[in-house]
Amino acid sequence: MCDMATTRGELADTLSSLSLFADLSAAELESVAHIVDERRFAAGERILRQGLSGSGFYIILAGEAAIRVDGKEYGKLGRGDFFGEISALLGDPPVADIVAGRELHCAIIPGPALEQFMVGHPQVMFRMLQSEARKLRTATRWRS
Amino acid sequence: MVVGSGPGGLQLSYSLTHLGVPHAVISADPAPGGMFRRWPFFQRLLSWTKPFAPFERGTRFYERYDWNSLIPDDDQHRAIQPRLMDGTSYFPSRTEMEQNIATFARETGIRVRYGCRWTGTSRDGEGFRLRTTAGDYRARVVVFAFGLAEPWKPQIPGIEHVPHYAETRAPETYAGKRVFIIGKETSAFELANGFLPWARQIVLASPRPTQLSVVTNSLVGVRARYVQPYEDHILGGGVVIMNASIDDVSRSGDLFRVKTTRSDGGGSLVFEADDVIATTGFQPPLGDLPELGVVSSGREKIPSQTPLFESISVPHVYFAGTATRGAAGLKKNGIPSSSGAVHGHRYNARILARHIARAYFGIDPARPTLRRDDVLDYLLSELTRAPELWHQKSYLARSLLMDGARGIVDDGIVPLQLFVDGEGPDGVAVAVEANPKAEIYPAVYVRKNNAVTEHLLPMNPLLDFETAEHRAQLTAVLAPIL
Repeated sequence: MCDMATTRGELADTLSSLSLFADLSAAELESVAHIVDERRFAAGERILRQGLSGSGFYIILAGEAAIRVDGKEYGKLGRGDFFGEISALLGDPPVADIVAGRELHCAIIPGPALEQFMVGHPQVMFRMLQSEARKLRTATRWRS
Repeated sequence: MVVGSGPGGLQLSYSLTHLGVPHAVISADPAPGGMFRRWPFFQRLLSWTKPFAPFERGTRFYERYDWNSLIPDDDQHRAIQPRLMDGTSYFPSRTEMEQNIATFARETGIRVRYGCRWTGTSRDGEGFRLRTTAGDYRARVVVFAFGLAEPWKPQIPGIEHVPHYAETRAPETYAGKRVFIIGKETSAFELANGFLPWARQIVLASPRPTQLSVVTNSLVGVRARYVQPYEDHILGGGVVIMNASIDDVSRSGDLFRVKTTRSDGGGSLVFEADDVIATTGFQPPLGDLPELGVVSSGREKIPSQTPLFESISVPHVYFAGTATRGAAGLKKNGIPSSSGAVHGHRYNARILARHIARAYFGIDPARPTLRRDDVLDYLLSELTRAPELWHQKSYLARSLLMDGARGIVDDGIVPLQLFVDGEGPDGVAVAVEANPKAEIYPAVYVRKNNAVTEHLLPMNPLLDFETAEHRAQLTAVLAPIL
């Protein structure tokens, strides 16, 4: 995968390799590549901030990030993982920090634009729902 | 060492000079102005300067209504742009803007080595060696203020036949022609708007649907000045706006054939056109910086930066001007900074100068202190009037710090991200924020024991944040630290 600045075509290729976008056609992927923003974060930089409003939905294209609550680490995220959806869908500030573990490259959909994006790309919404269901299943097993 | 003599480079040089930081400015151009020496193509800016505003010209608060003048520390050289405008528009013409920048450089005595092109960069001990057409420069810190000056076209078969925006001909040469414009951002609409009285048919196409700034309620999208082609399109005139990817451009004699695939699944369409223009944007002329390790992001390849405009991958390499968009900040509610335009990045340059002075030269002018009784009035006044906060919403903030020895210190205008993510003494940072519903409101960030809490205050229809309600809420919010 190209880890330098990507062209839209390269970004479309990268997105096609992520499970979230696995059902999209080439034309749809190119369209998505034009819609999402891209950003590279320095190691240690916060991406989501616990308690601060106005965040977005992030998909990790390369690198690694840590989930932290009140300074304590609760897990790691890697390529293909996404975060920020709960806060963007509910309009609440995030309940955790997400911190770049090493240089992190993300695709971003601003929080206020997520609804329109998901409604416009139902296959992506279905994949996201599956992922949320898996998280819920894991959490339920853990509690029982 | 500063590379570039557009508004970004000149503002930085001015601010460095006033802090007493020795530096050199080089520029490949023969004169000041940067991109404004040539563009916008139709010779009038998007950014306004209101000659008559609620605050007197030549004051700091007037800067909120004057998006184009550079910002001196004294009143004498403020508000140069309105002095030079002829009254026909509150958008300066390109030549008025070029004159504005040149006047600032001349009147404030900024020294630039013009006609000196930066050609390469290498490490040199703790610093860098910059190769130029006038010999080598060595510097501990380098700042690139080179703008987004390099035309960029996407990799589409046949794109080599297609002129870029930068190669657009005089508008009358498009009289009676069918013009196909690749792209649907502001520059595409600028050309389409200019071609309305000339072209027979105008097609604008790209995969992403058109966004309008008056719909996104931000600077994202086509600016209001160029919306006319959009209205022509929706009312069924001679403009066609398509959401489609461009598959191939071929040329046969004087005729272009453009193959497209509609993004909405509507299939393929082939257009015949007399002219095709790629309004696909510009990139910074990075030269050999990627080989040095400077990483960039996105289609525009803007170097990724820390909140203080330093490359995230190569320490001591900084950026000024339009390239400071690479320090994206919090981007709350998806609303970007205004760093891509003069009214935003002129404040970034002042912050960068202060950082360089402090970090590399040990120059750190004492910051003023405030009496406890003055804090509320001061912060509410800043929220209502400070041009830095209004031009760089959710991005720049006024910060006060609780200093054990000195009391309440005015830390000045700082990047909001630096305050929110940084550690330091207890303090407060106030910013102006906006959301996609076009609401503008004050935000207060309180840092106590290195934990930051956010407090959003109410909006006000007259944008007055000095009301009793704001005062009461701010009092409660500041109670833990005051």
